[in-house]
Amino acid sequence: MKIRSMLLAAAAAAVLATTPLSAKTLRYANQGDLKSLDPYTLNETTTNAHLGNVYEGLTRRGKDLAIMPGLAERWETPEPTRWRFHLRKGVKFAGGEDFTADDVIFSADRVRAQGSNFQTRVPKDAKFVKVDDHTVDVILSSPNPILHSQWDTWYIMSKKWAEANNAAAPTPASATTPSHASLNANGTGPFRIESHQPGVKTVFKPNAGWWGKPEHNLTEVIFTPIASDATRVAALLSGEVDIIEPVPIQDIQRVNSGGNVQVLTGPELRTIFLGFDQVRDELLESNVKGKNPFKDQRVREAFYKAIDIETIKTRVMRGLSTPSALMIAPELFAFSKDFTRPKFDPDGAKKLLADAGYPNGFEVGMDCPNDRYVNDGPICQAVVGMLARVGIKVNLNAQPKAQYFAKVLKAGGYKTSFYLLGWTPGTFDSHNVLNDILGCRDNPNSSRGESNLGGYCNKKLDELTDKVLGETDTAKRNAMIKEAFQIAYDEYGYIPLHQQALAWGTSKSIKVAQRADNSILLHWITKD
Amino acid sequence: MTDAAPAAKPVPLLVRIRESDMWHGFRSSPTTIVAALVTLVLTLGAVLAPWIAPTNPFDPAQVFLMNANIPPAWVQGGDPAFIFGTDDQGRDLYSAILYGMRVSLMIGVGGVLLAAAIGITLGLVAGYVGGRTDAIIMRIADVQLTFPAILIALLVDGVVHALLKGVPREQTVFGVLILSIGLAFWVQYARTIRGSTLVEKNKDYVQAARLVGLSTPVIMVRHILPNVIGPVLVILTINIGLAIITEATLSFLGVGLPPTQPSLGTLISIGNKYLFSGDWWIVAFPGFTLAAFVLAVNLLGDWLRDALNPRLR
Repeated sequence: MKIRSMLLAAAAAAVLATTPLSAKTLRYANQGDLKSLDPYTLNETTTNAHLGNVYEGLTRRGKDLAIMPGLAERWETPEPTRWRFHLRKGVKFAGGEDFTADDVIFSADRVRAQGSNFQTRVPKDAKFVKVDDHTVDVILSSPNPILHSQWDTWYIMSKKWAEANNAAAPTPASATTPSHASLNANGTGPFRIESHQPGVKTVFKPNAGWWGKPEHNLTEVIFTPIASDATRVAALLSGEVDIIEPVPIQDIQRVNSGGNVQVLTGPELRTIFLGFDQVRDELLESNVKGKNPFKDQRVREAFYKAIDIETIKTRVMRGLSTPSALMIAPELFAFSKDFTRPKFDPDGAKKLLADAGYPNGFEVGMDCPNDRYVNDGPICQAVVGMLARVGIKVNLNAQPKAQYFAKVLKAGGYKTSFYLLGWTPGTFDSHNVLNDILGCRDNPNSSRGESNLGGYCNKKLDELTDKVLGETDTAKRNAMIKEAFQIAYDEYGYIPLHQQALAWGTSKSIKVAQRADNSILLHWITKD
Repeated sequence: MTDAAPAAKPVPLLVRIRESDMWHGFRSSPTTIVAALVTLVLTLGAVLAPWIAPTNPFDPAQVFLMNANIPPAWVQGGDPAFIFGTDDQGRDLYSAILYGMRVSLMIGVGGVLLAAAIGITLGLVAGYVGGRTDAIIMRIADVQLTFPAILIALLVDGVVHALLKGVPREQTVFGVLILSIGLAFWVQYARTIRGSTLVEKNKDYVQAARLVGLSTPVIMVRHILPNVIGPVLVILTINIGLAIITEATLSFLGVGLPPTQPSLGTLISIGNKYLFSGDWWIVAFPGFTLAAFVLAVNLLGDWLRDALNPRLR
């Protein structure tokens, strides 16, 4: 009996061992985790990329970031304020629901509802009109020639599914109890979620009913976050995972000399910067009472000049960063070269602080993620040291991105005094930066400045931003963008630091399209 | 009768120590002597850190990023100003280890003392009062014994930080770590003390004290405690090592001391990132210091246990 059962087990094992000949399981590890599956919770590139495997927008982007038709087959603008989207027919959600105009209208309401982190994606006053089941008109209050390029990561959800599962409202990043939509996903994309343990493990399976032609050959994808740099690299070197992001810069050489693994590098479009709370009359975390030192431009300038960006580049980033004077990458704005960073000048910074009434400096809290950007924790620590030398005592609060974002984003009440953030404009256009990061936050009925965590505000800049949106003449448009950036630059509204470099570590048996926005998209991955 | 029995001359303390069994056991064991020396040197280094360390690694103004990742002085590329090299922020590792040791030691000793205080109190009460009180206290202890100490510490740390939302971590982390360790380690003390108390409470001197009319707390503290405290000293010594390891583990996991005020565990955690890139010194020296100190303290604890065990004499 025993022998027979052993034989059976052996036979079963043999079957199991032979069937995976065609099975291609990709194991993917990122430094940050995937908490909520709700596509409106967190507007962050890595999360958007994860969910972009499952959900789709009306438009999508190709390997070169060019806009392509997504759930909308084609679109036209019969008049500047009216866009007509022709929806793809015969598309089904993974749960079996048909995709129709109702889903688009539902998603438009949901993405603009309270708790969504994507409110700037769809103008608050835009009207969605159902022409027929597969045609939607969008009526705007002012022209927006780049509407379609803002919608690649506005993912469409199924109305039926969301309403049936009590998930018609978006899940805010600060939510303490998960909603159905944050634990489950029901999209139209090339993959579906087989299982999801928030922050632990997510399993993707190909969506057999996808309308497109798959360019991948995967049968399963297992995503796990590995926060520790050394552990992540060790997992790649040992073959435990097939692809990691990012490769810690200190380990790039080691990975490249590893045999069957390699590092794919390239410039990234993300700008890393520091921001200040310029809204509150008294900072949340500071020993200065009764006033907000960051409202004084001299203090902001002093902070800027106290930071030695070249040393951060050579020491923390090991040369793999491009110091930036602007809040946008040079690849995305033609006149970037006209701006240069003010010189590193600690003595000048001390003098500015003394002039502003802080000869002995002051204390301030700083928020920083430690698993989001390349070496984000060490960059913040370096900033703490540099500011200490001009008399500013910074109490650093570096934490994983889930806690960090829950604290500093709109849903958490912008609870920060001084912070580090990175931004890639979702449209790959300056308007997004001017609107989302540099726009005033003072109008509660507008989504402008949604990710302007410190609330920097200049009305003239806002006016220019609105003109930029409607302008179609490239030369005029660029001139206005330049003028707007100049305002923020002159007022030291932010401290841009640098653009980091992409560094993906892959097994050599993997072929993957490396997109410059640092999105790892599964349907462009093939495995030998 | 006055000169019949000359009063025994008090023996000077030093002589008493020199002629004791403990001292003899100490002198005849070279391992113990080395362990004591290592403990002494490291403890002195930690206590005197502000005076003997070349720089203050907790002061960001004294740390220069340009000096980051310099190898130890004797390796090519090393700088004699940094004997053990520097970490990723340009901190002198030698200074960082001295200061880190100081933090580790303070939290370790603080945590163990708190654990002992809780454990001894509860053990005494459980053993002396008995009955339902005993049952409740000891069942709680039993339940806690089923969890690893590090898990309890993580739990306490998580709960306290959730309660203290908004207070900068740097200000609370010290107390939270001591509390976590204290709450994680009290069970051993409670069980030991309870066992000895059960034996002692039926002895004649306790009965006598009761007959005289002394109150229960006085009997517990003045009469029983001095007779049951012996074994606790051994646990105390061995637990200091454990507590320091626990602190290092918590810091390594990122819930302990922040990178701006590194303990040994934080330093090891920082160094861990650089294991693959060849910057071995960041993890090696703090790791070695931690191992040496914990080993030395444990060896001392072993010696103390043997010396206090009458059966081994």
